[in-house]
Amino acid sequence: MSHSTLSTHTGPGSAGPGPARTDTPALEVRGLGKSFPVGGLFSRDSVRALHGVDLAIGRGEIVALVGESGSGKSTLARCVARLERPSEGSILLDGADVLKRDRFQASRAFRSQLQMVFQDPFGSLNPAHRIGHFLRRSLAIHGKGGRSETETQARLEQLMDTVGLQADMLDSYPHELSGGQRQRVAIARALAVEPQVILADEPTSMLDVSVRIGVLNLMRRLRDEQGISMLYITHDLASARYLADRTAVMFAGELVEEGESLDLLANPAHPYTQLLVSAVPDPARAGSYDPVRRAELRQAVMASTGCAFDGDPDQACSADRPVRHQVGAPENRHWVRCHLYRPRAGAGGHALAADPAAGAPAPAGPPASNISRKASA
Amino acid sequence: MTVSQTSFGSHEPILDVRDLTVKYIGDTRSTTAVDRVSFSIGTGEVFGLAGESGCGKSTIANSIMRLLKDPAKIAGGSISFGGRDVLAMSTEELRRFRWQDVAMVFQSAMNSLNPVLTIGEQIVDIFTTHAGLSRKESLRRAGELLELVRIDPARLKSYPHQLSGGMRQRAVIAMAVALKPSLLILDEPTTALDVVVQQEIMAQIKELQRELGFSVLFITHDMSLMVELSHRMAVMYGGRIVETARAHDVYADPRHPYTQALMGAFPPLTGPRVPLSGLPDGVKFRNIPDLAEVSPGHLVAPFGADDLSIAHGAGTLEGAAESLQGAVR
Repeated sequence: MSHSTLSTHTGPGSAGPGPARTDTPALEVRGLGKSFPVGGLFSRDSVRALHGVDLAIGRGEIVALVGESGSGKSTLARCVARLERPSEGSILLDGADVLKRDRFQASRAFRSQLQMVFQDPFGSLNPAHRIGHFLRRSLAIHGKGGRSETETQARLEQLMDTVGLQADMLDSYPHELSGGQRQRVAIARALAVEPQVILADEPTSMLDVSVRIGVLNLMRRLRDEQGISMLYITHDLASARYLADRTAVMFAGELVEEGESLDLLANPAHPYTQLLVSAVPDPARAGSYDPVRRAELRQAVMASTGCAFDGDPDQACSADRPVRHQVGAPENRHWVRCHLYRPRAGAGGHALAADPAAGAPAPAGPPASNISRKASA
Repeated sequence: MTVSQTSFGSHEPILDVRDLTVKYIGDTRSTTAVDRVSFSIGTGEVFGLAGESGCGKSTIANSIMRLLKDPAKIAGGSISFGGRDVLAMSTEELRRFRWQDVAMVFQSAMNSLNPVLTIGEQIVDIFTTHAGLSRKESLRRAGELLELVRIDPARLKSYPHQLSGGMRQRAVIAMAVALKPSLLILDEPTTALDVVVQQEIMAQIKELQRELGFSVLFITHDMSLMVELSHRMAVMYGGRIVETARAHDVYADPRHPYTQALMGAFPPLTGPRVPLSGLPDGVKFRNIPDLAEVSPGHLVAPFGADDLSIAHGAGTLEGAAESLQGAVR
């Protein structure tokens, strides 16, 4: 990172949702579902990895998708990126249903609207090519290179500058770069196509901790200056809070809560969100781990018996369809899935179900060992 | 480095590392992975060692266990454990020293269980080989051990793949404390686990530590986790310790720019969103001097702008120094 990146990042607090937002979201997912067949060739069993996911990302907005491993967040990313064919639902990019438009695989037009940044910057850059090659290829394939070599070169230098790298690094090989620099190259490669949406799947989890924040700052700057929308997938709640305008929480393949990041993490309404928030190490509240409370939360997530909104005349609970209860003021756009009719446990989120003994030390332990058997079998 | 800090409380140090230097010796050049590092751990104290990949923290752990293999070589310094010189131990002494005196939980420990033996067989093996107990007695002790980490003793008959990642990690921790070692080395014990499981394992370690009273050398790159668990901690960079103090002093008042960058890498979960800046890409510290005391028990390596180097193409030295300088006094 050059110091230009350091000096240009804007205050996150003041950073609004960016440029003018029209009514059509940049990316919208409606009723998305995905099942994977399991068992032998003739088996009809399937695992429901995603079910009824509705999510919209406005223009110039960063939405974080959080959840534990196995909760289905990467499956959602793979479906939206068209690396996996969804079983049901639709994906709207700029209002157009891309599953109908190009039925079998992602078209070039689709790729020029949506780009991906992957977790592993060491694996996503071919070691045999120079940095310039990756960017040139993106430009050439999508016809963004301009008419002459001079224009292409100027564009390359501009891209490098945008992500905070020196232009002379275009001639370097990936192995000469640090992890953070490589991830910047991956971002530059996505930017070369001038996409409207960037899908970033854990972009910082493989980086050294001291350079992570620089990459997050870069992503924020791209939103503020170029109005790019992003879906930021992470298991790190603190970075979601730092970067994203809104945060959506995924559990067992369904979204259970969503809202403005600050509001959501300050007032989590769903027991699963509360569980996640309470587990983040934070020295400011050291000694906060309470096994009894943890056991209660786990119980509430796994076998809920009630909903906080039960009996609320304005927001009736219902088993017919997933009910989204509004939490707090409407401007926070904060909703929680009705907890009385929770997602089917065991469909995902096994990390939670697999460890009942840990959360329930002897005195408070509800006899939940049957869940663990099922999950680990 | 002149670290003469007293350990937490007024205990005798159980482990004392002085001016430890470890080199990886290659055919054409050698690298100093650990450079004149000194620290001590008191009885019952949790000491944290923080730093990024490649800073030498795992090399230190392996030196203490005498697990270093060629081309790594301990080039200088001393390690003494309970008054005994670890570096002078014979193979036979080492065999007893490891596990009975010092036990270690590795980063991928949950994958280090033997997949074709049940958990029970693997724990029983510890007692029969190291403690010379009978098989029946060993089995009883193995059951107790699992109960200690809140795993149903019926699980003794399970194979590792039948347990979740968190359970396997707890089983490994139970095995590490089986022979009641006085020092437990935890090398990134929870990095592969989800936060919820991580927190529960950390709580478990804390509880075990209180119950059994062993000391802990805790290695991680997650500063929040470290501050929560450790009494005292040291931050390492490039084989040197750049700062050491009580964990809460480091958290509340980090002095070295590298420590500040590490602290800034973890955005808070409460309060307003403030812009953070980590360490600029490609910026390296060099010639880290010996520690100097800035307040009682708080030692920091003095830092000047000329101690920075910038990798090729990563920006200007002045810019980086400037951005760090604001934090340096």
